[in-house]
Amino acid sequence: MHYDDPKFWRAGAVSTTVVMAIVLVMLTIDSLAAITAGGTHVPAYSVINRHIDYVYSDKFGRDMPVLGGEEPLFGRTRSETEAAALIGRGKLVIQSRACMDCHTFMGNGAYFAPDLTKAWLDPAWDAWLAITGADTKDEAMARFLMSPDQFATWERKMPNLAITRDEAEATVAYLKWMSAIDTNGFPIHFGRIKVEQ
Amino acid sequence: MSRSQGLAVKYLAAAVLFFGVMTASGLMSAVYYIDPNFLFGLLHFSTAKMLHIDTMIIWLLMGFMGAVYWFLPEEFGCEPAGIWAAELLFWVFVAAVLVVAAIFVFVQWGPGTETTLWLFQQGRKYVEAPRWAAVGVALVMLVFAWNVVGTAVRAKRITGIMAVMSVNMVPLVLLYLIAFPKIDNMAVDLYWWWWLVHLWVEATWEILIGCIMALAVMKLLDTSRKIVEGWLYIEVGLVLGTGILGLGHHYFWIGTPDYWLGIGGLFSALEPLPLLGMVVHAIYDAGVHRMKTTNRPAFYWTLAEAFGNFLGGGVFGFMITLPQLNLFAHGTQWTVSHGHFAFWGAYACGVLAVCYIALQERRRLAAVEGPGWIWAFILLNGGLIGMVGSLLVAGMAQAFFERAIGGSTLDAFIAGQENAWFQLGIYTRFGFGLMFSAGYVVLAWNLLTLGRRRVVVAQPLPAE
Repeated sequence: MHYDDPKFWRAGAVSTTVVMAIVLVMLTIDSLAAITAGGTHVPAYSVINRHIDYVYSDKFGRDMPVLGGEEPLFGRTRSETEAAALIGRGKLVIQSRACMDCHTFMGNGAYFAPDLTKAWLDPAWDAWLAITGADTKDEAMARFLMSPDQFATWERKMPNLAITRDEAEATVAYLKWMSAIDTNGFPIHFGRIKVEQ
Repeated sequence: MSRSQGLAVKYLAAAVLFFGVMTASGLMSAVYYIDPNFLFGLLHFSTAKMLHIDTMIIWLLMGFMGAVYWFLPEEFGCEPAGIWAAELLFWVFVAAVLVVAAIFVFVQWGPGTETTLWLFQQGRKYVEAPRWAAVGVALVMLVFAWNVVGTAVRAKRITGIMAVMSVNMVPLVLLYLIAFPKIDNMAVDLYWWWWLVHLWVEATWEILIGCIMALAVMKLLDTSRKIVEGWLYIEVGLVLGTGILGLGHHYFWIGTPDYWLGIGGLFSALEPLPLLGMVVHAIYDAGVHRMKTTNRPAFYWTLAEAFGNFLGGGVFGFMITLPQLNLFAHGTQWTVSHGHFAFWGAYACGVLAVCYIALQERRRLAAVEGPGWIWAFILLNGGLIGMVGSLLVAGMAQAFFERAIGGSTLDAFIAGQENAWFQLGIYTRFGFGLMFSAGYVVLAWNLLTLGRRRVVVAQPLPAE
């Protein structure tokens, strides 16, 4: 086969594609093991019972989630099965309200509203305890989700999406679990720099 | 004109119609950034956004189908195997899109149950359509695939271009099935979602438009099949050789292991190569033919496709693809800038080129001329480039003020959005959006009227 024969390039295209596809399948098997809940990069759903922090690691050169002691969500410790059910419900709320079409998750979404990857860890919630009259961060988040129009953050307001109490708790659980995922340092500098408004 | 080409015209007309819906909802999305109270409590940003990106997928998909149904009888010398099913499903497809659009506007969301995902919307970017509609889209694509492969079987012959297209039908149908499941784990969900968005849209679509443009170039410039097929194989090899593992640049920050930083960064940095090859060959072809053709609009849109794909997909993609920079640019308006340019260059320009090819033959025009298409070309491309530039300014401001020095929190997000450079970007984006919209109106008018009025310098061919 000569290079000006299309069959020469066809053979190249087929072999390249097959090799790359095989490599992708191998990497996918390895990656899925790492990102399954309870894998090396994604925590088990019962992490919602723990205190979660986000700390810069000199060893890895990036921020990483660090798990602390017991910190039950809404005052209740959940089994792995109960936590998985709650997370599943939270994902349904996120999809049914099309959260991704305003917000972003791990940077993927619509860019109109803040990224929610580490929303649980956002220092702004400290101020929201007073604004919502709640005693805890999880309660403040739930109250905000149920009535965002009453607690407008700035000129770009979140609409009231008729989120019920159960749905709000499931969504907060989801955000707490997601904040414990090792996202290779994304978003950068999270919470380590204070912005002057 | 064959039944297949009659169906193609319907698909291309529907594509142009939904291109209009995409443009209008895009303009609406831009307004929310300027006036956050715009339609508040009535129709939110998310709805406009869903309409904008979903109709983009739909109009391009319809454009591809129109293009393929146009060329199929010419490639095989016979009608598609299942033309009756395709004709029936066209109307089902259009009706389903209209019903879904009505649900998006009037229902908007539902309770957090599986029923909402089946009936109202699925809340996953690009594939928000409820499952019943997704089943319909899958059925339409299955019939589309059957018509491509089945027609080759019926004709008992196949060309190189149609062989590539036939093989490409397998991942085109299979990857769309990722539009259905609800996966609780966001990391796993995004892992597979990117197979849908990157491998389906950016790989199988890229191959499909490559086949369509190969057929278009043969018709427009009389380029030999041997040359076109050689280049098509090179493009397929480079697109899939770089793009399959280039998928890794979407796996930097979703919880996946950090080896994706190196793999994704390297292979996605190579992704502009096939697009550069396309530009080189477009310049070569244009030079050989001294820019002479009987269908200048189609020829210019084909050139815009080559350059737009390279600049929008290649250069603008490369700009943010290395993880060191992507860490700051990911999820900002910088990404939006790249997305607009890439989709426009890679697919939209190609579909518009086919619209003019089909129009010339359907209206039996010896040459397609007149000022209308030039104005549409200038306004659409000028508006698009202006929007892309504006979003780039806004995105860079966001990357710097929100991420690099802001700390990526809620307060940092607000500071970035209120920054003067960001504000400048979103205002100019709206201005160029108006320019783009004006271009769409001229384009639609031109496609409707070209060759039907005496003022057009077009000579009708003798009747068959």
